[in-house]
Amino acid sequence: MSGLLDGLFNGISIGAVLLLAALGLAIVFGLMGVINMAHGELIMLGAYTTFVVQNIFKPLGAPWSDFYIFFALVAAFIVAALVGVLLERTVVRYLYGRPLETLLATWGVSLILQQFIRSVSPQFVVGVGLFCALYFGAIAIISRRPDFERIRNWAIAIMVPISVAIALTASNVLGQSFKLGFTRPWFGTQGVDVTAPKWLRGGLAIGDSQLPYTRLFIIALTIVCLLGIYWFLNKTNWGLRIRSVTQNRTMSACLGIPTQKVDAITFAIGSGLAGIAGCAVALLGSVSSNTGQAYIVDTFMVVVIGGVGKLIGSIMAAGAIGILSYVIGSNAIGPLFDSMPFVKSIFEFFATASMAKVVVFALIVVFLQFRPAGLFPQKGRTVEA
Amino acid sequence: MTAVKSSPPAPPEVAPRKSRTLVREVIIVGVIAAVFAFLLPAILGAAGQGVRINQLGRFISLAIAALGIDLIWGYTGMLSLGHGIFFTLGGYAFAMYLQLQLPAGQIPDFFTLYGVTELPFFWKPFYSFPFTLVAIVAIPTIIAAVIGYLVFRNRIRGVYFSILTQAALIVFFNFFNGQQKLINGTNGFKTDSAPLFGAPVSDPKLQTLFYVLSVLFLVGGYALCRWLTSGRLGRLLVAIRDDEPRVRFSGYDPTGYKVFVFAVSAGLAGIAGALFTVQSGIITPKSMDIAFSIEMVIWVAVGGRATLVGAVLGTILVNFAKTLLSEQYPEYWLFFQGALFLLVVTVLPNGILGWLQSDGLLWLRTLGRPQKVSTYPSLEEDIDVKYEQQNLRD
Repeated sequence: MSGLLDGLFNGISIGAVLLLAALGLAIVFGLMGVINMAHGELIMLGAYTTFVVQNIFKPLGAPWSDFYIFFALVAAFIVAALVGVLLERTVVRYLYGRPLETLLATWGVSLILQQFIRSVSPQFVVGVGLFCALYFGAIAIISRRPDFERIRNWAIAIMVPISVAIALTASNVLGQSFKLGFTRPWFGTQGVDVTAPKWLRGGLAIGDSQLPYTRLFIIALTIVCLLGIYWFLNKTNWGLRIRSVTQNRTMSACLGIPTQKVDAITFAIGSGLAGIAGCAVALLGSVSSNTGQAYIVDTFMVVVIGGVGKLIGSIMAAGAIGILSYVIGSNAIGPLFDSMPFVKSIFEFFATASMAKVVVFALIVVFLQFRPAGLFPQKGRTVEA
Repeated sequence: MTAVKSSPPAPPEVAPRKSRTLVREVIIVGVIAAVFAFLLPAILGAAGQGVRINQLGRFISLAIAALGIDLIWGYTGMLSLGHGIFFTLGGYAFAMYLQLQLPAGQIPDFFTLYGVTELPFFWKPFYSFPFTLVAIVAIPTIIAAVIGYLVFRNRIRGVYFSILTQAALIVFFNFFNGQQKLINGTNGFKTDSAPLFGAPVSDPKLQTLFYVLSVLFLVGGYALCRWLTSGRLGRLLVAIRDDEPRVRFSGYDPTGYKVFVFAVSAGLAGIAGALFTVQSGIITPKSMDIAFSIEMVIWVAVGGRATLVGAVLGTILVNFAKTLLSEQYPEYWLFFQGALFLLVVTVLPNGILGWLQSDGLLWLRTLGRPQKVSTYPSLEEDIDVKYEQQNLRD
């Protein structure tokens, strides 16, 4: 009995992290039909934000450093949302209607973000800042000329190398004069650790099993986020607009809904949720620049199984995947077949976290044979269906 | 080489001219292949750049995989993010044969590490060289056909297909990583010291042979893809890419064609994997990580989608850029690669070759000076109108 409870709890807590990570992705995918490959990196940014906030609050002493996690949640949401809006405004917007290209472009962004976290240092920030100031400043000045459209390509072709050269020289000179304090990366390639506040350590004892407080906190966080999103989508004006654009973009545009603004807002919220998921991930273990990679495929699976545009689909999918991977991975079923050694040995063969993924994927493919559009497909008449 | 034209649909040409262009293309490809196979190694060797020959050989074998990607992505519009599976399977098949080149009764060393005393059953067929050669192509092809059938049958496509292939990739990666007792887990197989035809694989003569083989297979792969994409099948593939529901309404069942193309491209990736393995000396599950499979796509995207030459060109260009850049500044390669993804998708959606074909040549000729504007561009630049002007004059 306690084994079953244990399995259920662990499965749900795995599912909660998955759901938190997948929620933003599912909303964006439902609205714009794009898969954001950089979603994992937004989670990672959220985790690193938590780390930074923790370090800021640590010297402040007892009452503050215990509750840094709440500030970290807000900060992670804001940081990830800002990066998300930037991504949407500068890249995704131009690729609307070309989902496969969007996928590749966001993959490029995810590579850049990973390397950014590894090599960000004062020198790096000065260099990039200088380049942006020079380049965009110059373009802003040139764009006042009446014949800007004509000379635009030339202006870009000339200004990019000049700005790069100046920024590189300046940052290298500064790096040589200030030495290591200036050039050493902030985070580096090593993982960083976030320590949970005191009141989250330990666990709730039920019978002979223990439920860790961090896991309970994450489940609670997921529920709060779900309620928040549900309220936002169903009770606010912007939520109404988001739902309408999800259902029929062209018709919504005809009725005067600013679809571009809706896209930006949705992307911001989806990315912000990724940031919050990053906070949760940071509580579970060490965080490195590869953290995001570990989550993306699982979160994609949640989106595929759940179907587009329904929260309930994502919830069920995340729960099912979480429980299944835990049950198979921990060999919870195997002992039930003591009388049949062959069946038992099969279950034991798959009883590791990575082999459980193999089984879960096989089950997903089988599931898609019956429900190709996921658990709760969008209803309507299209040629595609 | 720019004779490769797929889209826009060219007006039907007269038969004799077609065969003449074909002959010309065969000669051009043959000459280039001969230069790459025989002349280039001699030149590089004389210039003291022997390392580059090996690198070039590896990149040429990667280009075979890129041809397959171009076939399914460029022509059929299916973006597979899981070609690392087929690449690795081909590599493992060859590596397993090489591991078994031992005195009778012995089993490969690593088995003893994990306390395995008897060869697992699926290793047994790899004693035979002909079986291995077949397996390099057949295993990836069959697996791709099964995955493809299960996916395409349900009309799963677009982004869903991409994600599913990626998930399949992760699954295979986990499986290969986790099975130490069967296939040596994370460590993979080293092929350097294994004997083949009486010499170790790393022997310069064998390496030259592999290099020439890579070029030959690349030419063969090119010919195959060219043949597949030029006839009616090619048009059907492009039709599937551009409007699949309409293809279905016209009475075709796209499933079979998609499965077929996916399987062919997997077979090509398998050959590429085998050739790459013997030239780099090792195969591990790392060639199934997510990044590598997406990299394959960017090679094609840089060179130019739906231009087979572009796929080859892009592969060699990007990979040389990668080696040169990561030799100098290892930490900046990822920035560069990320920027490459962004730039290719936003600025050069048709790749280098596509740009050259559309307006690059014109731009190069005039070096960006403004052009005379046509009064009725839609009429004066229309391909069909031009064709009629040239050919329908009595």
